[in-house]
Amino acid sequence: MSAPETTAAPGTITEPAIAVRVSSVDKVFETQGGRVHALEGIDLSVAAGEFVSLIGPSGCGKSTLMRLIADLDAPTSGSIAVFGKTPTRARLDQEYGIAFQQAGLLPWRTVAANVALPLELHGVGQAARRAKVDELLDMVGLAEFAERYPDQLSGGMQQRVAIARSLAEQPRLLLMDEPFGALDEMTREKMQADLVRIAGETGAAVVFVTHSIPEAVFLSDRVVVMSPRPGRIREIVPMRLAGAAAGPADGVGAVEGAATRAARTEGLREDRSFFEMVTAVREALHGAPVATGARGVETR
Amino acid sequence: MMSPRTETTLRIVAPLAVGLIVLGAWQFLVSVVGVSDYLLPSPASIVDALIASWDSIVQATIITGTNALIGLVVGSLLGIALAALAARWRAVDRMSAPVIAALAVVPIVALAPVLNSMFGADSQFGRQAIAALASFVPVFLNTLRGFRQTTPVHRELMRAYAATPGQVLRSLTLPTARPFILTGIRIASSLAVISALVAEYFGGPRGGLGSLISTSAASSAYARAWAYVVASIALGLLFYLATLALERLVLRGRGSGDRTSGARTPGTRTTGTSTVSTTSTTVSH
Ligand SMILES: Nc1ncnc2c1ncn2[C@@H]1O[C@H](COP(=O)(O)OP(=O)(O)O)[C@@H](O)[C@H]1O
Ligand SMILES: [Mg+2]
Repeated sequence: MSAPETTAAPGTITEPAIAVRVSSVDKVFETQGGRVHALEGIDLSVAAGEFVSLIGPSGCGKSTLMRLIADLDAPTSGSIAVFGKTPTRARLDQEYGIAFQQAGLLPWRTVAANVALPLELHGVGQAARRAKVDELLDMVGLAEFAERYPDQLSGGMQQRVAIARSLAEQPRLLLMDEPFGALDEMTREKMQADLVRIAGETGAAVVFVTHSIPEAVFLSDRVVVMSPRPGRIREIVPMRLAGAAAGPADGVGAVEGAATRAARTEGLREDRSFFEMVTAVREALHGAPVATGARGVETR
Repeated sequence: MMSPRTETTLRIVAPLAVGLIVLGAWQFLVSVVGVSDYLLPSPASIVDALIASWDSIVQATIITGTNALIGLVVGSLLGIALAALAARWRAVDRMSAPVIAALAVVPIVALAPVLNSMFGADSQFGRQAIAALASFVPVFLNTLRGFRQTTPVHRELMRAYAATPGQVLRSLTLPTARPFILTGIRIASSLAVISALVAEYFGGPRGGLGSLISTSAASSAYARAWAYVVASIALGLLFYLATLALERLVLRGRGSGDRTSGARTPGTRTTGTSTVSTTSTTVSH
């Protein structure tokens, strides 16, 4: 019901409802060893508030695609729009927050000062900065480590600081490149739950790169399955999970995205629909139906 | 296992013990074996000379120390500024590279007679310029190296934040380079003292440690010459320890980062070696 309303709304509202639109994007790297076709014919749009994961084997261009959206590199051909703007404009306007696979904390800054960095660079006053940093560190459970230095923290804690930093300015779009890769399984699940909650609360769209099928399924509205050499989108799998409303289609509205996300509780990890989606993504990854087990037979 | 405290104590006690043994052996050679006090003054007679000419030694130390300090400060500032330009613009880097390479291999004190006559016989400027040139090289090299230590992930982060070039310099490039800059200054501090002192051997106004060492030696007042040498060593040590303290103070704020110290060590080593070779050329001169 809400989807038609969104599309029927005046153009000024429809346009911003698309967080990222990638159209026929190619990316070729010229290297000494020859040309590397990192991305070919990529078409993808991410609705405002939607959670989209990119999954695929190493070298299939997930990071490259994310870097193009972030304007850290430029496409060889094709175009990208972020909230209707060029990626450069969007970057200058600070439309996105970003977290890399490496935490990338500044070792001479305390945890609190690291989280405050983007606020500091963008001229947020000291009092507001401190309040925001306290709130963020509370959220990632590192309040008592505020005055520590990064090298006094475990890898997982550093990554949580980096995630807090990426959220500092409440961006409408979060770009995350395997941010949980370095975390142990327990922390990882906790961070996933936190991320779902935060994205839901802030209404941010998320483009999330991951290696893990269950992670992608747990977090996403849609999972983009990619294949390497050249990097292509093989399939986009919408997640139909228990508790979600009607399965989100391509270009799902922000409201619906939030509603779908509300269903992502710890219980979901045990739910049959979760395993079905894991199987669906696995099949898309391998390009053929995986030998159907008991769960596959049970599928209605 | 040694406690850290014992280790620190050992680190201080061991060199002191070695020093005392050497001094003892020296005194033994002169007073018991009978090596002529005229050829090799005994430690005791050097101490006597030190006390006898205390005022002039203090004066001389201040003169040479001031020259070295001015040279160190000016040379360091120039080194940091030029390294910043070279890191920012490849053209500057290319243009300066041959000059720096030349400065790094040429014994800078060789310029002393030229500069002394250029700036007149009663000016300290030539010596200060030499100390500045000698300090400039290690500071420039280390700083440039430090400016190149920023990691891709940090640079991309700054780009993602749309940070201005000034902000990148202040919040990323300078802090990354800081340990390297301080190492450069620490190496430069010894060089500044050595250069300021040796430059005095080649004319110019009298009164500094270098000129007094050479006049004392020339008039066969060996004990007094040695007393000035002792003062020179003390001055060099003072500079070294002061810059070391500065380094500790500035870097204390950060965690005892492996990354930081790991990055610092190679910088120290490489430039340290070239320093040593420069120094030996200087002294044999
Ligand atoms: N800067 C670059 N220069 C040359 N080749 C690159 C560069 N960045 C990525 N590539 C190549 O592009 C392909 C996709 O890389 P990447 O996006 O990092 O893959 P993924 O993140 O999916 O593992 C790989 O073959 C990689 O070697
Ligand atoms: Mg990658």
